[in-house]
Amino acid sequence: MTKLKIYVPRDAAALAVDAEKVAEAVLAEAKIREIEVELVRNGSRGMLWLEPMVEIEKDGTRHAFGPVTPHDVQALFDADWGDHALALGPTEEIDWMKRQTRLTFARVGVIDPLSLDAYEAHGGLKGLRRALEMTGAAIIDEMKESGLRGRGGAGFPTGIKWDTVRLAEADQKYIVANADEGDSGTFADRMLMEGDPFSLIEGMAIAGICVGATRGYIYLRSEYPEAIHTMNEAIRIARARGVLGASVLGSGFAYDMEVRVGAGAYVCGEETSLLNSLEGKRGVVRAKPPLPAIEGFLGKPTVVNNIISLGTVPVIFEKGAAHYRDFGLGRSRGTIPIQIAGNVKYGGLFETAFGTSLGALVDEIGGGTASGRPVKAVQVGGPLGAYFPRDLFDTPFGYEEFDGQGGLIGHAGVVVFDDTADMLGMARFAMEFCAVESCGKCTPCRIGAVRGVETVDRIARGDASAIPLLTDLCDTMKDGSLCALGGFTPYPVMSALTHFPDDFHANAKEAAE
Amino acid sequence: MPTPPAPVDLETRLGAILSDHAQLEGPLLPILHAVQAEWGYVPPEALPIIAEGLNISRAEVHGVVSFYHDFREEPAGRHMVKICRAEACQARGGHGVEAAAKARLGVDWHGTTADGGVTLEPVYCLGLCATGPAAMIDGRVVARVDEKRLETLLSEVGA
Repeated sequence: MTKLKIYVPRDAAALAVDAEKVAEAVLAEAKIREIEVELVRNGSRGMLWLEPMVEIEKDGTRHAFGPVTPHDVQALFDADWGDHALALGPTEEIDWMKRQTRLTFARVGVIDPLSLDAYEAHGGLKGLRRALEMTGAAIIDEMKESGLRGRGGAGFPTGIKWDTVRLAEADQKYIVANADEGDSGTFADRMLMEGDPFSLIEGMAIAGICVGATRGYIYLRSEYPEAIHTMNEAIRIARARGVLGASVLGSGFAYDMEVRVGAGAYVCGEETSLLNSLEGKRGVVRAKPPLPAIEGFLGKPTVVNNIISLGTVPVIFEKGAAHYRDFGLGRSRGTIPIQIAGNVKYGGLFETAFGTSLGALVDEIGGGTASGRPVKAVQVGGPLGAYFPRDLFDTPFGYEEFDGQGGLIGHAGVVVFDDTADMLGMARFAMEFCAVESCGKCTPCRIGAVRGVETVDRIARGDASAIPLLTDLCDTMKDGSLCALGGFTPYPVMSALTHFPDDFHANAKEAAE
Repeated sequence: MPTPPAPVDLETRLGAILSDHAQLEGPLLPILHAVQAEWGYVPPEALPIIAEGLNISRAEVHGVVSFYHDFREEPAGRHMVKICRAEACQARGGHGVEAAAKARLGVDWHGTTADGGVTLEPVYCLGLCATGPAAMIDGRVVARVDEKRLETLLSEVGA
């Protein structure tokens, strides 16, 4: 009898809903039935409402079942993994999968994340091999041609950043991957590191070879224990197999890297604060200039890129810059892994070309709220992102397009709220979060956030005269803060005030009466 | 409650931790993580030894320990329960879970139950934003936490 190939994800989002117990149940049940099973622990396909989502390979096609509890396993074996209430059909035929363009996430959920052979069988290392044949200048041209911009949120062209580091003279340069993914509503970095860690390693190696950096670090937040474990294992394997080390794939180029674990400070997602933290200092923001590309880690030229930016590099070199660039909208080229989260029926990771409207993401792909109530607001881009009302749902997903509506795409997290959300409460939370996480270096952020909480509380008590004060405070924070924490906290606050004034004025009216 | 480490143990273990990290660039955070893994917090007695080992001032070490939310300056309870307070979990009913946890344990954020069993900490995003409310219990992530599941999880850690 042939082996039954079963996939049970090891992504944290699956483990957090008992995927480990499902895997144990699968093995136990197979043993009782004397069925030989090959159990693969893959990453997540990204349909998180279906986790734990189990897949069975039949005649080369994978069929999905979910969400599976340990108690369902016996019945699934009884049904020979065919006709069952949890059956979803062939995975690739599920509408959510069919509508995507998976470039960065092509392998995530498909392969065993720690199998370098599976990685290579699915196109891995092709990009690195190609880059090793190219000059640094040619690699830069390819990067610029792809149109890739920083996926951490700032949207700076990645090729230009690399070129600055490449042209800098120094005895040591560094590649730093920013895996301090602290924005609420985002988990793309986590899923990539847990589901396809070699793509990040490959992207960082290409960056290192391009700019002449022999060392790299992944600054990974402590809130992601599974990602830390998987990344460390992948680096160990890559080193043992000659992908990392004194001679990358026998090319003579040296590049090696390690994981550094953060310590729970949101502000360390800001690149200069991250560099201070990596050096073992307080995660305080540095003034720019000098740019990290000139004086970064330990004062040396340093590429600091987001995980998704670096994880996208291999596919650009595998398929060519033009293939990547031909997706997208305006100056937002390629694809973006959008994370649909919060109070949403179908939440998860949806990679698509730039240009999909916010409304389509929330209503069509996300299926509206999980609670079944009307959507009130959508926060895009994490705790520093604006709240969008339904009136702005026709905004296409792109850097400039969101900026034009007083928002930002940030790290492409979309958090849905139903009509029970209290937008004054959300504005207060934004200020409170800023106060908790401020590094303390600049006054508008350090003191402004505390005064912001107090001012929102005054409004909540019915003092309408505090509303212009809040607006004024937001202007000061926006114009006077050193980094995006203090500078962008006004986005959620002002968008809540502008688009949902009733939540702010209700108490004022009551007080007047 | 864990008792402070004996001076001899501290110096021996800390010496080993410092030499394990001697080759690293920017070793302080990895050292503090190792110290916390060893004792559950960063004992104040460790600061001068770390400072001397790295040739930096005691104030600098203290500054780093106090800056980061993860590093504790006093022992925590036997179990650590962290509940996500971030927006995506709020949108999925996180406030109810927060309130239930505080009421059940009889503590506010950062508090430890009277018997030293459980410390309650807020956390801002565990990256489980489509399956919230989320929590982390002794380093293990859990999702789809409603008040009923919270009750089970807290019972499992003896609360």
